[in-house]
Amino acid sequence: MTLQQELAATPSAKLVVEGVSKTFVTGRDRVHALDRVTLRVNEGEFVCLVGPSGCGKSTLLNVIAGLEIPDEGTVLTDGAPIRGPGRDRMVMFQEAALFPWLDVFDNVMFGLRLKPGLTNREREEVARYYVHLVGLERFLHANIHELSGGMKQRVALARAMAPNPRVLLMDEPFAALDALTREQLYGDLQRIWEERRKTIIFVTHNVREAACLGDRVVLFSPHPGRIREEFRIPLPRPRDINSVDLAEHATEIMRALKGHLRATEVQP
Amino acid sequence: MKRLITALVFFAALLVAWQLVYNARIWSPVLVPSPKSVALYLWENTFKPGDGAGGANPNRWQLFFAVGITLKRLLAGYFIGLAAGIPLGMITARFRPMRDTLGVLALGLQGLPSVCWVPLALLWYGQTEAAMLFVVVMGTVWSVVLATEAGVRNVNPIFVRAARTMGSRWLHVWVKVIIPASLPFIVSGMKQGWAFAWRSLMAAEIFVSILTGFGLGQLLHYGRELNAMDQVVGIMFVIVFIGLLADKVFFSPWERFLHRRWGTG
Repeated sequence: MTLQQELAATPSAKLVVEGVSKTFVTGRDRVHALDRVTLRVNEGEFVCLVGPSGCGKSTLLNVIAGLEIPDEGTVLTDGAPIRGPGRDRMVMFQEAALFPWLDVFDNVMFGLRLKPGLTNREREEVARYYVHLVGLERFLHANIHELSGGMKQRVALARAMAPNPRVLLMDEPFAALDALTREQLYGDLQRIWEERRKTIIFVTHNVREAACLGDRVVLFSPHPGRIREEFRIPLPRPRDINSVDLAEHATEIMRALKGHLRATEVQP
Repeated sequence: MKRLITALVFFAALLVAWQLVYNARIWSPVLVPSPKSVALYLWENTFKPGDGAGGANPNRWQLFFAVGITLKRLLAGYFIGLAAGIPLGMITARFRPMRDTLGVLALGLQGLPSVCWVPLALLWYGQTEAAMLFVVVMGTVWSVVLATEAGVRNVNPIFVRAARTMGSRWLHVWVKVIIPASLPFIVSGMKQGWAFAWRSLMAAEIFVSILTGFGLGQLLHYGRELNAMDQVVGIMFVIVFIGLLADKVFFSPWERFLHRRWGTG
């Protein structure tokens, strides 16, 4: 299999979340994290989930990842219900979660080594391609602690994309970075998304970030976690986070978010 | 280079101080031997070919044999301790009932000085190799259990979650994620286990005198019986030297590698 064949092998998936509910019980507290959430995501669509902390957006991501089992409802990728975590749905976490006992290359290889149907030479070729794609070829054999926060997230992106998942799940991946690094990564992520056209579900509490990256922004509100509203962002790419058009969309979403927050505060 | 010179100057100064104390004759030479007599003892029991009167040196290589016997006992006990301690530590970390039982037991027995096992071992096994092996294993295993448990419990859960999303399942997770992630803890536990094994074996050899081989501890013991202070001090040198060597050759490179990889220290 050549690199090109491997990259083209798995198209991105359509994702359907159908009536998913999830309640956490910790001691005497019951947290209704998700309440009958339904969401449809098309192939190659970039969807951002936005909401204040505790609105269940990360829980939904974990349910889609297969790391949490919902109390009710199903998640289908191309019609097939998910059972546990799988390499068709890769996750990028807020902390890079890179393995410090491996170098950059071996971190990217980790998921690839678990993927059947490839020779080791092909795996190495794919890993190099993705390290190159995120612009870190000079750091192929660097130790993880030698990288900056932004570089770590780039490696995490390469690691998540290397096994060619059909859906990429990103849980506030840029929240811990400084503003300048973050802006750079918005550019990189858009470029890489244009190139690879993965279905991406991106969780954030940063409205402007969501408007910058998403085709669609889905607004969550907490207690219980529900989807409130959806916004299409019809702006052309690549988008600049500082552009005025983008700010208009972000302001509109922000206003809606505040409205929903006020509404949920009134009811105890 | 500068560090080497500093060390050399320090040890030379120590040697000179020793010689001066000896020269001052504050204590009897029976209690404070001269550096020369200790060096002579070491020479006569290692490389010296003849007895000076044309015959062969009956004590030639004696120290090497003793070191060999001691290291054989040490390594046997140490590796049994590791082979038992590391899996037990993993199980203890993973199952709460094990932590509440075996974990507490390990914590208690780790605090027991290993020489305290000697009377029990002597009654159970008599003056045998098994008695010594038992003492060494008991000295090693508990600190290894505790260090492994701490290591496994300190693995960042996000590593396991990340691995699972990449298709890693339980045995793979253990071998490729949990064990490497807890390696810094396990290595420091192995180092501590080594130190405890060494101490236990010396205690055992001093108390268990048997004919299946004279180890360093036994030579130390007979040095005392014979009032041969040069032998006692000479053997102590050898013991210290082996400890340093093990640290520099075996543990230090490993720790340096881990520090470089993880960016700690």
